[in-house]
Formats: sequence, structure tokens, C-alpha cells
Amino acid sequence: MVPLSHYLVLSAILFTLGVIGVVVRRNAIVIFMCIELMLNAVNLSFIAMARNLASIEGQVIVLFVMTVAAAEAAVGLAIIVSIYRTRETINVDEINLLKW
Amino acid sequence: MEGIVFYIIAIITIIASLRMVMGRNAVHSAIWLVLVFFCFGGFYVILQAEFVAAVQVIVYAGAIMVLFLFVIMLLRVDRAEELLSRHRIQRWVGVILGIALLSGIGVTVMVNILPGQLGSKSLEETVIKAGGNTQAVAEALFTDYLLPFEATSVLLLAAIVGAVVLAKQKREEKED
Repeated sequence: MVPLSHYLVLSAILFTLGVIGVVVRRNAIVIFMCIELMLNAVNLSFIAMARNLASIEGQVIVLFVMTVAAAEAAVGLAIIVSIYRTRETINVDEINLLKW
Repeated sequence: MEGIVFYIIAIITIIASLRMVMGRNAVHSAIWLVLVFFCFGGFYVILQAEFVAAVQVIVYAGAIMVLFLFVIMLLRVDRAEELLSRHRIQRWVGVILGIALLSGIGVTVMVNILPGQLGSKSLEETVIKAGGNTQAVAEALFTDYLLPFEATSVLLLAAIVGAVVLAKQKREEKED
């Protein structure tokens, strides 16, 4: 049986990769994908904790996180589409005005 | 056996997420992310969360990634993006901050979790008592967590309405 700490370290590595992606990348859609990666990394530690604490609640919470992630992806992508309509770009360096 | 499978999938996941974060083409990033989601499904199977594994593959690798690819192709942003056009230093600051974050989490995990396992009984007892993983999840979801579950449906409705309103074309502006 793999110890809990290995799962948590893996989860931390993936979360960090997501954070680096959000900071480094300039494409708004790729930034969204990195956020999904971070959410998944957290889900992994929830599930690993659920097994180690022998409680099913961790798996239930992961379902809620997935629902929120799906809602966030739908609304976020709609915002990106609407920004692209007005600005013709989704490069976050060029989207620097609150009002256009 | 579980250990070998875990380490193989872990290496695949880390490589795929690196390719996703570093790749210059948004479509390639999306495809690598699909692989990452499948790997997460594998982890959930190892961790005795079969229902969540199925949901992971169906919702993430199926629905959400299709949405992402759809938007990438709709906006024609699938050409190579020049990483860091303007702020060259931002990449290094980002990587350094990321490493600092990783070491912070790593120290926390090592200090707090490594000595000794938590938990006394195993998850299997709960699952066997309920008659299966899906039944166990459902039992918790529809009894103790019924109110959050209902709140989720409101959240999804708000997301649908919000997405439609945001993405809708404004006809008046088009005619001007």
C-alpha cells in the first residue's frame, strides 16, 4: 500500500505545476486548463485522505468540487468568448482594461 | 502491485502536466490535459473510489475538455503562442514562486503526515456495509449532504444562465 505522504507529495507537485502555468502562460484558455489541473490535484489529496481516514466524505466532497469546476469552466469560457468578440485577443497581457 | 501502478501513473501524470504547462500550442495542451485526467481516474481506482473515477473520466475527460477544445477551435487561437512576449522576468519569478510553494507544502506534509499512518479502520468496511462504492457515496450524498447537493443544482442553473447571457451576441451592437 502506497503511504499517504506519497499521494500528498504528488498532489503538491501537480498543484505547483498548475500555479506555475497560471503565472507563466499568456493564453487565457491555457490558464483555465491550469486551474483545472490545480482543482484535480486537490481532489487527489481529498481521495487519498478519504482512504486513510476511512471516511466516505472525502469522495462526496470531490463530487462537489467537480460540479463547481464544471460551472466555473462554462462561465469562464463564456467570458473568454465574449472578451474575444470585443478585443480580438485572449492574450492576458493585452486584456488590461476593466471597461472597453 | 499497487505501488508499481501508482509510480508508473505518477510519472506519466507529471510528464503530461509538464507538457501541458510548457506546450506552445493550446490544442496540444488540451490533449495532454486529457491524459492527465485519465491518470487521475487511475489514481482514484487505486484509492478505492471507483464511482469518482468514473465521474472523473465522464465529466472531466469527456464534458469539460470537449468544452475547452470547442472554444479553442471556435476562437482560432490554436496557432503557436509566443510565450512571454512582454514580461520576460515573469517566467523566472513564476518558477521561483512555484518552487517556494512546493517546498512549503512539502515541508508541511513531511512534518505533519509522515510520522505514522492516520486512520484505524479501513474504508472497505463502510463500502461493504453499504453494498458498494457507489451506494456508499450515494448514502452520504443523499442523507448528510442533501442540502449542499441541492445547493449545487442552483449553482449549475446559475452557471447555465450566466454562460448563455455572457456568450450571447448583442444584436443591436452588430447593426451599428
